[in-house]
Amino acid sequence: MFGPEQGHFALALACVLALVQFAVPLWGANRRDARLVGLAPYLAVSQLLALGYSFLCLVMCAVSDDFSVQNVAANSAVSKPLLYKITGVWGNHEGSVLLWTLILAVCGGAVSLFGRNLPDILRGRVLAILGGVSAGFQMFCLLTSDPFERVFPAPMDGQGMNPLLQDPGLAFHPPILYTGYVGFAVPFAFAVAALIEGRVDAAWGRWVRPWAVAAWCFLTCGIALGSWWSYYVLGWGGYWFWDPVENASLIPWLTGTALVHSAIVVEKREGLKIWTVLLAIATFSFSLSGTFLVRSGILNSVHAFANDPARGVFILALLAIVIGGSLALFAWRAPSLTSTGLFSPVSREGSLVLNNILLCSICAVVVTGTMYPPFMQLLAGRTISVGKPFFDAATIPLTLPLLLAMGVGTALPWKRAQLARTFSHLYVAAGIAAIGLALCFWKLSGILPIACGALAIWVIAASVSDVLRRIGIGHTSAQGVWERMKNLPRSSWGAALAHIGAGITILGLCGMSQAKHAIVEVHIGETRSLAGDDWTLLDVHDYIGPNYKAMQADIAIRHNGKLVTILHPEKRDFTTQSQTTTEVAIHTNFITDLYGVVGDRHGTGKDATYVLRLHRNPLAPWMWLGGLVMAIGGAFSLSDRRMRIGAPKRAAARNMARA
Amino acid sequence: MSVTRRGLLTAVPIIGAGVLGVGFWRMLSDMRSGAFDPRAIKNPNVGKPIPSFAMPGLPGLGDGFTDAELKAQHRPVLVNFFASWCIPCVAEMPGLRAISRNMPIWGIAYEDKPENASAFIQRDGSPYARVASDRHGRVAIDWGVTGVPESFLVAPGGRIIWHGSAALDPQIYEAEIRPRLAGL
Repeated sequence: MFGPEQGHFALALACVLALVQFAVPLWGANRRDARLVGLAPYLAVSQLLALGYSFLCLVMCAVSDDFSVQNVAANSAVSKPLLYKITGVWGNHEGSVLLWTLILAVCGGAVSLFGRNLPDILRGRVLAILGGVSAGFQMFCLLTSDPFERVFPAPMDGQGMNPLLQDPGLAFHPPILYTGYVGFAVPFAFAVAALIEGRVDAAWGRWVRPWAVAAWCFLTCGIALGSWWSYYVLGWGGYWFWDPVENASLIPWLTGTALVHSAIVVEKREGLKIWTVLLAIATFSFSLSGTFLVRSGILNSVHAFANDPARGVFILALLAIVIGGSLALFAWRAPSLTSTGLFSPVSREGSLVLNNILLCSICAVVVTGTMYPPFMQLLAGRTISVGKPFFDAATIPLTLPLLLAMGVGTALPWKRAQLARTFSHLYVAAGIAAIGLALCFWKLSGILPIACGALAIWVIAASVSDVLRRIGIGHTSAQGVWERMKNLPRSSWGAALAHIGAGITILGLCGMSQAKHAIVEVHIGETRSLAGDDWTLLDVHDYIGPNYKAMQADIAIRHNGKLVTILHPEKRDFTTQSQTTTEVAIHTNFITDLYGVVGDRHGTGKDATYVLRLHRNPLAPWMWLGGLVMAIGGAFSLSDRRMRIGAPKRAAARNMARA
Repeated sequence: MSVTRRGLLTAVPIIGAGVLGVGFWRMLSDMRSGAFDPRAIKNPNVGKPIPSFAMPGLPGLGDGFTDAELKAQHRPVLVNFFASWCIPCVAEMPGLRAISRNMPIWGIAYEDKPENASAFIQRDGSPYARVASDRHGRVAIDWGVTGVPESFLVAPGGRIIWHGSAALDPQIYEAEIRPRLAGL
């Protein structure tokens, strides 16, 4: 019922359905044939069902230990826990491509179900574009990375999974990240459909924005989760390494953030239309290119997939069709989109333009830094690595004005603002930021962390004071405040939350710039001090785990003689994979992380010494907490009545009734 | 034709995507032919004279050698860093023995106990004309060795003209080393 052959067949069926989903509605839309266009949602849902079935088959193969399937034999083992048998399905190249296409199909299904109020032609075209992209990736899956490939004779047991990947954080990182990447396919499809139609208006901005916001929330969570995983699993005490694969997720996040903001201008002012269409195309193109770069082996990264240049050629061809095709369409059709409305530099839309310029500049910096080494090697034959110093030096100065503008922007009205009036709303926030600056001077060292920290406090203070002003705190009765709170659009709450989240993340980054660490070699009972805390190695003992041998250390941390906590970091030897992992021990009070790692044992008996790595990471949890707050802000904004897709049509109906 | 904002918005992404696309395509095709390797290790000492050193020999395999002796050679010498604990080095031995029929190979045992290294290279017949022991890896640091096995082609007079960071075999010898010998 759920065997590999059924899964393979369902995948092929989904691919055929996707091709039909691409061709029929486009043709129907061209002929203005409502019946053909109306097929699109049914095709999208059936494609989703076929693909879902196929994915379920792969999961069942993994769960039932069917080692005749190459993919299961290479990545699973009988002794693997059930959770990791399931999540391990997307922990490898073939399975992750299948998951990628499944999420794309889910997006198509979501447009079919939630997009009932879109004009039929637009919805048909959007689904057709999604179907085309789906078909391309399903062909990639079928032709170059078949997850259902069989081996004969089937091995008795699989080769098992990298123990580093057996972690709940990593198990759910890929689906969330992919949902973010793939989710931007919907704004992309909307952009291409609008180009075909030759019309972008306020309604289009309103339709496209929820999809962009949803994808953005997932991408934010995915990036934060990946960063958190590398912090507590890899045991280096680092959280972001400017690794090409990390950059590949940051680049679409930056353009996606710009898109989420520029779509507001389309909706409210019918401006930045061409720019928004271009951003929608660029964001998805960067998502696709990121996938391509990771899997082709071009970039030298710590995230190694089984690299195969043949796969790279296929994806590159696919990219050329999708990106080249959409950009060519853009060049051809963009001139027909006309912009209305004039922009005053000091206005909400003016600040959103500034936000877009800065975000895209940061994006350009990250793209340059990421692509420089391979291109340098190609053109000049020299190997160069571009790392943290470049990215820090080039991105932080661009982030400072962005933070400054984030605080001012939400306080500005549309069209034309009076500076004096705006500043009168902001002086409380500015005062808090000034106190924050003093605090940063006291606590932080280095001019950039101080500036970033103060501006992050400014962003938080300005966002809070903006909400307080809107709900009338201080000049309305409690009843009035409550009424205003209920009436304040959820998108305003969402924007404020997202901005506060960004501020929290930046504060976390500033705190981490002050992190202290020491690598020490101690006997049992010895004490070392690090940044005011005394770390004592109490004891070390060995024990046997389910599929590993472990060495566990007990480290007591005292502050001014008072016991703070006892950490139990471990070092585990996985015998079957002959791999060692470190289990980091972290004690957090949400202000400071105390982070301990145990390394090698030297010598035996009483003379044995142990290598320990001790970290004191101020504000570390804030980095991911901020990411979560940003995503919650996005979700809040999604629940806004205005963002719900039904709204425009109701408004249109009302207008018609009035006429 | 004047440069308009709209023209720029159209041209820049297309040109950018085009340049990236052509670049990626070149990289992929070069990767398949072996000309482009993103994981390649470039040694900064290629083209420069060998660093100075003096190393003892291994038990039962004669004295070690010094940079002066290597510089005094009249034929090109292949210098090979190896270790008995290194699996690719074990796999490399038959290839080295084949190459040693064409040119002299001088071995340097990297961070290895002398008796282990000696037993290892005598087990199936030594490919090395001379062997020295770099017990603590100091010499390897001067040469810029990142791991074992790594090999250097040293021209008469002591200039490094080629560096390889993979296990050698006759194919690599024919493709990479032999053409360079012709020019000397």
